[in-house]
Amino acid sequence: MKSSVIVFPGSNCDRDIAVALEKMQFKNKMVWHKETSLPKSDLIVIPGGFSYGDYLRSGAIAGKSLIISEVIKAANSGCLILGICNGFQILTETGLLKGTLLRNKNLKFINKDVNIKVLNNKSKFTSKYKLNQVLKINIAHNEGNYFTNEKHLTELNTERLIAFKYCDKNGNINENSNPNGAIDNIAGIFNSKKNILGMMPHPERMIDNMISNTDGVNLFSSLLN
Amino acid sequence: MEITEKIVKKHGLKKEEYHRIKKLMKRDPNLLELGIFSAMWNEHCSYKSSRLHLKKLPTKGKQVIQGPGENAGVIDIGDNDAIVFKIESHNHPSYIEPYQGAATGVGGILRDVFTMGARPIALLNSIHFGSPSHPKTKSLLNGVVSGIGGYGNCMGIPTVAGETKFNDTYNENILVNAMAVGHTNKNKIFYSKAKGVNKLVVYVGSKTGRDGIHGASMASAEFDENSEEKKPTVQVGDPFTEKLLLEACLELMKDDSIIAIQDMGAAGLTSSSVEMASKGSLGIELELDKVPCREKNMTPYEMMLSESQERMLIILEDGKENYAKKIFKKWDLDFVVIGKTTSTNNLTLKFHGKIEGEIPIDALSSKAPIYDRKWSKKKASKKKTDIKKLKKIKLEDALVKILSSPNHSNKSWITNQYDQMVMGDTVQRSGSDAAIIRIHNKNKAIAVSVDSSANYCKSNPVSGGKQIVCENWRNIISVGAKPLAITNCLNFGNPEDEKIMGEFAECLIGIKEACEFLSYPVVSGNVSFYNGTNRKNIFPTPVIGGVGLINNLKKPLNHNFKNENNIIILIGKTFGHLDQSCYLKENYSIHDGMPPEINLLNEKNNGDVVLNLIQANLVSAAHDVSSGGLVVALSEMSIGSNLGIKIEKSKKLRNTAQYFFGEDQGRYVLEIDKKNLISVEKTLKNNDIFYENIGITQKDYFEIEGEMRLSINDLYEINNQWYNNY
Amino acid sequence: MVELSLLNSRKNKLKFSIIVTLKKEVLDPQGKVVQNTLNNLGMGNLKDIRQGKYFEIEIDEIDQSLAEKKVTQMCEKLLVNLIIEDYKINKI
Repeated sequence: MKSSVIVFPGSNCDRDIAVALEKMQFKNKMVWHKETSLPKSDLIVIPGGFSYGDYLRSGAIAGKSLIISEVIKAANSGCLILGICNGFQILTETGLLKGTLLRNKNLKFINKDVNIKVLNNKSKFTSKYKLNQVLKINIAHNEGNYFTNEKHLTELNTERLIAFKYCDKNGNINENSNPNGAIDNIAGIFNSKKNILGMMPHPERMIDNMISNTDGVNLFSSLLN
Repeated sequence: MEITEKIVKKHGLKKEEYHRIKKLMKRDPNLLELGIFSAMWNEHCSYKSSRLHLKKLPTKGKQVIQGPGENAGVIDIGDNDAIVFKIESHNHPSYIEPYQGAATGVGGILRDVFTMGARPIALLNSIHFGSPSHPKTKSLLNGVVSGIGGYGNCMGIPTVAGETKFNDTYNENILVNAMAVGHTNKNKIFYSKAKGVNKLVVYVGSKTGRDGIHGASMASAEFDENSEEKKPTVQVGDPFTEKLLLEACLELMKDDSIIAIQDMGAAGLTSSSVEMASKGSLGIELELDKVPCREKNMTPYEMMLSESQERMLIILEDGKENYAKKIFKKWDLDFVVIGKTTSTNNLTLKFHGKIEGEIPIDALSSKAPIYDRKWSKKKASKKKTDIKKLKKIKLEDALVKILSSPNHSNKSWITNQYDQMVMGDTVQRSGSDAAIIRIHNKNKAIAVSVDSSANYCKSNPVSGGKQIVCENWRNIISVGAKPLAITNCLNFGNPEDEKIMGEFAECLIGIKEACEFLSYPVVSGNVSFYNGTNRKNIFPTPVIGGVGLINNLKKPLNHNFKNENNIIILIGKTFGHLDQSCYLKENYSIHDGMPPEINLLNEKNNGDVVLNLIQANLVSAAHDVSSGGLVVALSEMSIGSNLGIKIEKSKKLRNTAQYFFGEDQGRYVLEIDKKNLISVEKTLKNNDIFYENIGITQKDYFEIEGEMRLSINDLYEINNQWYNNY
Repeated sequence: MVELSLLNSRKNKLKFSIIVTLKKEVLDPQGKVVQNTLNNLGMGNLKDIRQGKYFEIEIDEIDQSLAEKKVTQMCEKLLVNLIIEDYKINKI
């Protein structure tokens, strides 16, 4: 399985995701944003961080970079695309995923472990998880408050395009278990073909018991299938 | 232009200092030269009041690769790994503009670390505010916290530990100290010593603006009445550019292109160029027309004194210009050759083809004034509080009062605003005695902690100085790491006041004694004087940042209880010292008396043995006993774990308050699995360690026989409510 | 009655816009990045960009100078960080 990680100026989870991918036996390449072609890849990851300092809007400027047009082409031809945190923000700025990420409800940066629930395990990203499985995954963001219009929200629900929702440790999805104010507690979504996943939590931070837990491992092993 | 007395004064220089300048120059300086002297001779750059005292600190040891005097200290942690670290203050800018002040403080200390070739792997901070009820405190607190987070989070460097304290003494002068820790190969460390004549001097990073041109530019405004725009401005941090600068510098450092490198911090271009030339006993010539400027019509004076952030000065090896330039271009950063090294031993400044200033380098560095300022010893306080004469307060009520106080309440509302996990090597996040960061791709880790005790230092600077070193040492040990070296940030009032200078001198005596005894050398640091306003000086607040090593990382140890029915052991003797304690402050508002004495022999023995026990995997949880005494330590161990305790009343108990709230030093609480008890007790006895078995862990309840019984949930709530109601 | 009071309140309202920008001499990291990006997108003749904030404020007040005073107070007390920012008030 070949993967590529796109590196923007200001990306800062690029090394973390590369470590995770290599640990999971992906053949990974780092791709600098000024490059005009992508290496042949089965998976493209847009990592977390503060591309271009998150200036203007998070993800906005990275969404206009040279390499992004290649990513869009690859996405349209069915390549798997994973956007984590800032990567999710970039994917919404490019239009590959609908909706947007607003500032956290409490207007503060939030870094903590939260619980999320697997809402759809019938995808290339989540097949190794059980349906409704509760995971504990780290979040670290300023703008993770997912918002979308009514029509798209209905589509997300009816087409089962919501990958993860924030919940408590018992799996209850409610306001108390919503860290950032995201609409319907949404933590991650697919596009309609389910070859693109955007998520705010950081699965690459959950692959090592010494550091945290291994709740992120199955996301990567699902992809290997 | 004639240099008048007024201009000299506006540059913060004393009359005698100006005479010294004229003598060294053998003529009158011009305004540009005067500005440069003022920048280099001020307290911050010259350490003129502190140097004689700092010299006495122990700075050597077999683990030390580089002590004070470079951008940061460097220690050896084996296997060719080196740790580079330093702490620095950004107090005054943070009081004026808390967000930007704190942010640029973090940016500055990060540059100190990556200038030496190390990739920063952890950030820490020690922040001190006035009373929570002071009208400015809340906005300063919020601003500083978001500034620290804003910069570190964007850089992608985890902020893993710190302390936040409140005390009236900081009402008009907050403290913001930031510490950065980096990792590199010990054979790839970069220094600031220039070598060789005619080597290129390169400016990289952001452009230069009129940022932070202090007294200097105020003075210049007088000469040029039409220049409304020349007011000093606050430095705005640009963490994005700094991230690019970090990556570009580290990329260039893979090769041997760099002879010397220095970050442009305080006094920017001036101090960086003088520093490199002075260390290399060379001269340096700059063509100021080439300096990348953000604003129009900047004068040499402004360029030399600007404190714009995210800039570096590099001296390059011959033939490396194009190679280096390509790297900086890739990262969209300015890269301009602005001068060269010379054999003149002068700082030569050219502008529009003319020499605008020329100063002997040694006049700015080795010949800068050093003061042996008068200082007086602090009189020991004779006040002693007789606990029996105080109105009795129930143990539970006193504990609740402390745990819910601003200083002792849980600080996760702060630490949740910092990315603690980025870089994927944070083994232990903040909240424990020390944070643990794994060395990337290796099976070893470092432990880091910052500590201060302003109240102790105020009432007795010598023992206060010792105490903070010891507390820091204990914190590192409590997570199973061997303490290796420290950095210090010395925040004091006005050194021209004999008493304040005395506090400084005596604190350093204490720090020195403890560091020597514990073989815990000082490898870097920073002095911040003149903290305070209107002759109200802050309490002496030396802050110690320590680094320790865990050689074989198996299971990280923290202070949370692990299992019920384990034995709780208190290491070290409890005398019941309550003067200067949190108990008397929070419950009786009593601030008098002497802090607890430090017995360095016990401190070292207890620490060494505790570390042995931890390394032998005989300890399930460990916590040092500090502010608040035994019962606060026990509560902290319970709150983090959901496990309670059952403490039996000590047979030797004299007074409940003294026993449970006394702040005697050199103590640890250990949780021991019953199966390990025999070996633990044997080791303790063999090493003559005083210890008490004080009780066991149990489910759900925090219980002290005959005194109190509280559910852990309640304890948690009490400890977590303060900020929500603030 | 209801309509009348509505009319009155409308009459009493004065509307202002406030534009807050970083002072000219203060570094504007966001503006800098936006400018570079626009340049890269081919807007070569772009000379300078400063980023700022925009507020619209309605005030229950008939006297314009009094209202302006109030708005100025709002700016100086909260909306503007006078240490690094400038502001402009316009009646709209």
